Amino acid sequence: MSDTSSERRPPARIMSGPEARAPLLDVRGLQKFFPITRGFLQRTVGHVRAVDGVDFTVQEGETLGLVGESGCGKTTASRCILRAIDPTGGQIFYRTRANKVVDLASLPPAELLPLRAEIQMIFQDPFGSLNPRMNLLDNVGEPLLVNGMKNRRERADRVAELLRLVGLRPEFMHRFPHAFSGGQRQRIGIARALATNPRLVVADEPVSALDVSIQAQVLNLLLELQARLKLTFLFVAHDLSVVRHISDRIAVMYVGQLVELAPTDEIFRQPQHPYTAALMRAVPVADPRVRNVDGILAGEVPSPAAPPSGCYFHPRCRHAVARCKVEAPALREIAPGHFTRCHLAGEMVF
Amino acid sequence: MSAAAQPLLSVRDLRVSFALDEGLVRAVDGTSFDVMPGQVLGVVGESGCGKSVTMRAILQLIERPGRITKGEIHFRRDSGVVDLAQLPPRGAEMRDIRGGEIALIPQEPMAAFSPVHTVGDQIVEAILLHSHRWQPDRKLGRREARDITVGLFRDVGISMPEQRIDTYSWQLSGGLRQRAMIAMALSCKPRLLIADEPTTAIDVTTQAQVLALLRDLQARYNTAIIFITHDLGVIAQMASYVVVMYLGRVMEEGPVDDIFHAPKHPYTRALLRSIPSLYGQTRVALPVISGALPHPFNRPPGCPFHPRCPDVMPRCSAEVPRLMPVGASQLASCFLHHEEAEQP
Ligand SMILES: Nc1ncnc2c1ncn2[C@@H]1O[C@H](COP(=O)(O)OP(=O)(O)OP(=O)(O)O)[C@@H](O)[C@H]1O
Ligand SMILES: Nc1ncnc2c1ncn2[C@@H]1O[C@H](COP(=O)(O)OP(=O)(O)O)[C@@H](O)[C@H]1O
Ligand code: SF4
Ligand code: SF4
Ligand SMILES: [Mg+2]
Ligand SMILES: [Mg+2]
Repeated sequence: MSDTSSERRPPARIMSGPEARAPLLDVRGLQKFFPITRGFLQRTVGHVRAVDGVDFTVQEGETLGLVGESGCGKTTASRCILRAIDPTGGQIFYRTRANKVVDLASLPPAELLPLRAEIQMIFQDPFGSLNPRMNLLDNVGEPLLVNGMKNRRERADRVAELLRLVGLRPEFMHRFPHAFSGGQRQRIGIARALATNPRLVVADEPVSALDVSIQAQVLNLLLELQARLKLTFLFVAHDLSVVRHISDRIAVMYVGQLVELAPTDEIFRQPQHPYTAALMRAVPVADPRVRNVDGILAGEVPSPAAPPSGCYFHPRCRHAVARCKVEAPALREIAPGHFTRCHLAGEMVF
Repeated sequence: MSAAAQPLLSVRDLRVSFALDEGLVRAVDGTSFDVMPGQVLGVVGESGCGKSVTMRAILQLIERPGRITKGEIHFRRDSGVVDLAQLPPRGAEMRDIRGGEIALIPQEPMAAFSPVHTVGDQIVEAILLHSHRWQPDRKLGRREARDITVGLFRDVGISMPEQRIDTYSWQLSGGLRQRAMIAMALSCKPRLLIADEPTTAIDVTTQAQVLALLRDLQARYNTAIIFITHDLGVIAQMASYVVVMYLGRVMEEGPVDDIFHAPKHPYTRALLRSIPSLYGQTRVALPVISGALPHPFNRPPGCPFHPRCPDVMPRCSAEVPRLMPVGASQLASCFLHHEEAEQP
């Protein structure tokens, strides 16, 4: 497994050229509002607009990174795509293994069920996402059982194969989660997510809870599995250096909206939104000769229940002009494949 | 380290173990380092390597079944140098030092504040308890302590401090709670501030704000800070001197620039290689440290890093290398750089 090799391998890229096929995932105008209720009768007095009109596509074999500060709607958007929660509005077009495009947002539960095997999730917390009372055979094999693999022998064979795939010994399948370290538990979580041969894997902060050395092992494993199994990743994280390492393209969210979307190299070379630039400056660089002390983003993410007027970012933006306070910028394509939601993009360098 | 300066804190061969039913956990196993006045010392190491236990030992906060089994912790007070390891943990002198001259910003800010008292009341109590650090010749009044608290809130960048001091910790956002925690730590004008992963639970932008605040406070009051983290980026940005720990021992230490640009110990080198940077090539395998941290009951004999070390030699599994000077400014415990072993 990648554990022991320290040489740099060439990138395992699957280029998505001019699209002959529909994207694997095509999210349009996605919205999720949570009601704010008050009093004994739980009257609805307003809405938290956690996700408010998000559009993006993900090509097959690609990794789209989703970044933003805590509370900006990343997890909510991913939970909608998994239909763990029902979206309030918008469409989530998904191209199935049978090459049919369906709208996950409006699909009735009976038609959704067979697709659950194709779309799986890896969670942030390797400790909370496994059942402590079940051994690995049952933890990793559970999605197989749910998908109709009733024979225990057959499940054990598949679990053994999955454990090997993520670099764990098959004999481990009779042990319980508490016997494993954080990094090993994250591998178990990955094995579980891969049990049903998914095509799309949504990973919500999969390495945030891990130490640096273990984080590198898990990132390598994800890259290797993606190349081997032709997986498509939606990768949610707040650590930009991690997201940069793994993503082909990056989408930046702020208060429930996309503010920038572009190929990884391009967004890092020339961010076209002041928020993206501020996020990049906030990353502590592992070099004492590059101490960044100016341009620290002040203030906090506004509440999505009462966002600011105009551009949602204007109270914290160091480039804001009068127009930003009153007029909400639209998401526009500033260069091919590079989208930004800022009035001043193209006129200055952020 | 300038030869003229006297350390504020000097830890020598500190050992702390926990006697559990399953066996003895040697959480800290011979750690030594110095903190100079006004210096920011960064302590870096993976989860479980003994960073928090070392800090709890300095403050005499090790609970049973844990025990300091060996070592010295020299702390320079106005009245002279004391060995904290020899002081009764609940005695008057230790209580005076803890929270007074040495303050802690703990790893879990939520647990540090009581949920039933306002944050302001809790800070006022702390100020009254260590009143002499503000007013040596008389007891402070409650009103004065409240005014100091408002000033501290303003210092740590909390807006509307008069209102905010009357809130409960659970009403504050993560960033504000962290700032309130720092205000609490500063409430006794400490000479040494221990920050134990103060930014691990918060996101990058809030982290950048808190780091800027700590840097500013350090410059303003010349407080020495021990900054603990497993994030090498944070260390590079904050520390002037760095201690790298592994399995309860110091692997390497030195000025921050040397640690990042001329690391000597194989563990330090491996750690630095394994982090994705903002400039490196993307989507390629990162160099990793093979294997996992050993379980604390199964400490390897010899050099604690030897089962994972790419440069391992035969003697590494038999003898424990001492922490020795390597080059002009660094120290490392590794046989690649010197011959000295610990006495068994
Ligand atoms: N109360 C305790 N009882 C038993 N063992 C303990 C106790 N506290 C700590 N340990 C053990 O001591 C070792 C060092 O723990 P410590 O909390 O200092 O690590 P750390 O470097 O701070 O890690 P983290 O980053 O996870 O907080 C670990 O092996 C831990 O399991
Ligand atoms: N079940 C819920 N009820 C009410 N508000 C919610 C709920 N889940 C999330 N939110 C709110 O939606 C916003 C986005 O949350 P989330 O998707 O968790 O963000 P992130 O993953 O980026 O941290 C936040 O303001 C959060 O408080
Ligand atoms: S629209 Fe104005 S306030 Fe918003 S990001 Fe652009 S410059 Fe800043
Ligand atoms: S002493 Fe030996 S095993 Fe330990 S770090 Fe040095 S070379 Fe590696
Ligand atoms: Mg989240
Ligand atoms: Mg700790």
